[in-house]
Amino acid sequence: MKLYEYEGKQLFQKYGIPVPPGIVASTVEEAVAAAEKLGTPVVLKAQVLVGGRGKAGGIVKADALNEVREKASKLLGSEIRGVPVHKLLVEKAVTIEKELYLSITMDRVSARPIILASAMGGVDIEEIAREHPEAIVRRPVDPLLGLKGYEARIIAYKLGIPKEHLSTFAKLLQGLYRLFTDYDAELAEINPLAITDQGLLALDSKVIVDDNSLYRHSDLLTGESRAERGEMTEYEEKAAELGLAYVELDGNIGIIGNGAGLTMATMDMVSYYGGKPADFLDLGGAASHERVYKATKFLMEHPRVDVLFINIFGGITRCDEVAKGIVEAVKEVGAKKPMVVKLVGTNEEIGWKILEEVGIKVFKDMEAAAQLAVKLASEKRGVSRDGHTG
Amino acid sequence: MVILVDENTKVIVQGITGRQGSFHTKLMLEYGTKIVAGVTPGKGGIDVHGVPVYNTVEEAVAEHPDANTSIIFVPARFAADAVYEAVDAGLKLVVVITEHIPVHDTMRFVNYARIKGARVVGPNGPGVISPGKSKVGIMPGNAFRPGKIGIVSRSGTLTYEISSALSRAGYGQSTAVGVGGDPIVGTNPIEVVKMFEKDEDTDLIVLIGEIGGDIEERVAAMVAKGEITKPMVGYIVGRTAPPGKRMGHAGAIISMGTGRAEDKVRALEEAGVPVAETPSQLVSLVKKMLEGR
Ligand SMILES: Nc1ncnc2c1ncn2[C@@H]1O[C@H](COP(=O)(O)OP(=O)(O)OP(=O)(O)O)[C@@H](O)[C@H]1O
Ligand SMILES: [Mg+2]
Repeated sequence: MKLYEYEGKQLFQKYGIPVPPGIVASTVEEAVAAAEKLGTPVVLKAQVLVGGRGKAGGIVKADALNEVREKASKLLGSEIRGVPVHKLLVEKAVTIEKELYLSITMDRVSARPIILASAMGGVDIEEIAREHPEAIVRRPVDPLLGLKGYEARIIAYKLGIPKEHLSTFAKLLQGLYRLFTDYDAELAEINPLAITDQGLLALDSKVIVDDNSLYRHSDLLTGESRAERGEMTEYEEKAAELGLAYVELDGNIGIIGNGAGLTMATMDMVSYYGGKPADFLDLGGAASHERVYKATKFLMEHPRVDVLFINIFGGITRCDEVAKGIVEAVKEVGAKKPMVVKLVGTNEEIGWKILEEVGIKVFKDMEAAAQLAVKLASEKRGVSRDGHTG
Repeated sequence: MVILVDENTKVIVQGITGRQGSFHTKLMLEYGTKIVAGVTPGKGGIDVHGVPVYNTVEEAVAEHPDANTSIIFVPARFAADAVYEAVDAGLKLVVVITEHIPVHDTMRFVNYARIKGARVVGPNGPGVISPGKSKVGIMPGNAFRPGKIGIVSRSGTLTYEISSALSRAGYGQSTAVGVGGDPIVGTNPIEVVKMFEKDEDTDLIVLIGEIGGDIEERVAAMVAKGEITKPMVGYIVGRTAPPGKRMGHAGAIISMGTGRAEDKVRALEEAGVPVAETPSQLVSLVKKMLEGR
């Protein structure tokens, strides 16, 4: 789960990481009142869970209250990179001397937390990595001992932090590390960490909490749905409620697989043969017929799906269960959309029989099946979307 | 010689009385895996498919001192504790099948196991099979046959699809390792590739990768440097995955500019490792490499 900037900054404060004074506003009046309380100039910051807000016009400075009113009314209700702005963080504007980059994330190679820091902050880490890879300090941390004081100091020296800020920096980094572990973060990022007239300040926050750990962080649950937070589409949220691992894409071939790798391979294969996947939908291991039924029905009812391609390798998953689930869905919603099924593995013969009885053609080879799915989708598109595909 | 598991592997199943644990205990026994004991707290004294169950791993090891491996089917919230229990009881290989373990738990138990000289495989993977010798995992045994191909993969079913295609074409496997789909795993593909390089029963390595992280690029770098000399064939999925979206596996996500399939494919190809676009292409690449030697 991604946290909004203001949520991240609330955590920062809890861990002794200094941030500028700020107030969250959902209306223009609230924004003006906030600015009045903080004192102008302020910075109005759109609270959306996408990067590059600054470049997209989501971060604006306002020098006086009338300017706050004007700019807040423009921002609220507008879209930043396609995401509607419902909230602003009104923050006291500070004078920046220098912008640094600081984050903690997971290092897949060492299987440890890793600190990434750079004296060239304010731009994305990707950009620093691309253009000045030597300007990034990387330091894995032993997760059993945590971040040691001297390690924080080494990073401070490598960044060239001025003497007067050294101890604040070390404390701040220790705080960030504690936040990272206490909140099961996948990423805890401060960009920029600014040297200002008010000392060191975290001007932005990006915190991503591991979804698998949310059961132990009930304080983070706001009652807002993931779709409302802009982290998922409506269909993705619906699928999540059905317990399906689903990602919406923009093609017209609905894809169901079992296992993430096989499902991705199915998407790739559809695109290899010239088709466009409408989704990634992974049934997971040992899928029951109810699960298959839910997934099949879900995609058959999805407006963008013209053809359904189901690709199953039955290992622990039984082909007869899969076939049963498909047939249940077809019986309920009708076979309005063509369906291509590849089904091999445990109990395959029973599965084939169940499907063939209702007239569904079954393949043993996923590549032949993919080719047919692509062919059917292009025919269908020719008929039903004539004039729209341009 | 094969890697990680063989005829001498003696397994304790943690979480043996659960639905998954008991089902796969049966399948592993049928495959010929030597399972010496099971553990479920509070269920000591019963047996599951003829395997004696104990309350603790310590007790199971005391009764079966030949045990050297654990496979864990314990629910995510209790899985970390189960790993510590296995490691502290002296087991040297711990295969974690459980999905949805918080990644910080994984970081801690993986590092703890390393200090104690134990190896974790997984979590969120199918486990390890050395066909004809031992299966410590949930993969369907009939998709594999003994042979000389070493498979390392971040995925489960895709591995079965590919190994059965290889098996049908006459290419059996020395060992197939599913490292797991999480961002942090106990044994990553770099380590497995190094084991295959040293293994005299492996002639060719198949690397099945996916989006997320840069482990595949690092394998490519080892090949480029000449640290890996055995022929290798790659297959990378997620070429059509959008950035920032998690594709089923917690670790399958393109983020902060890394993890794209195209970067992995390019790195491997530049290192001289051919990369297949479909499973059937992979089989022909394997064939070409083995015959071309
Ligand atoms: N309170 C503040 N006072 C003065 N300047 C600020 C303040 N907050 C942010 N800024 C400036 O605005 C820039 C962008 O802000 P921020 O990092 O929060 O947004 P962002 O989403 O990361 O946008 P971008 O991707 O363009 O950096 C900062 O690098 C900083 O220079
Ligand atoms: Mg920023």
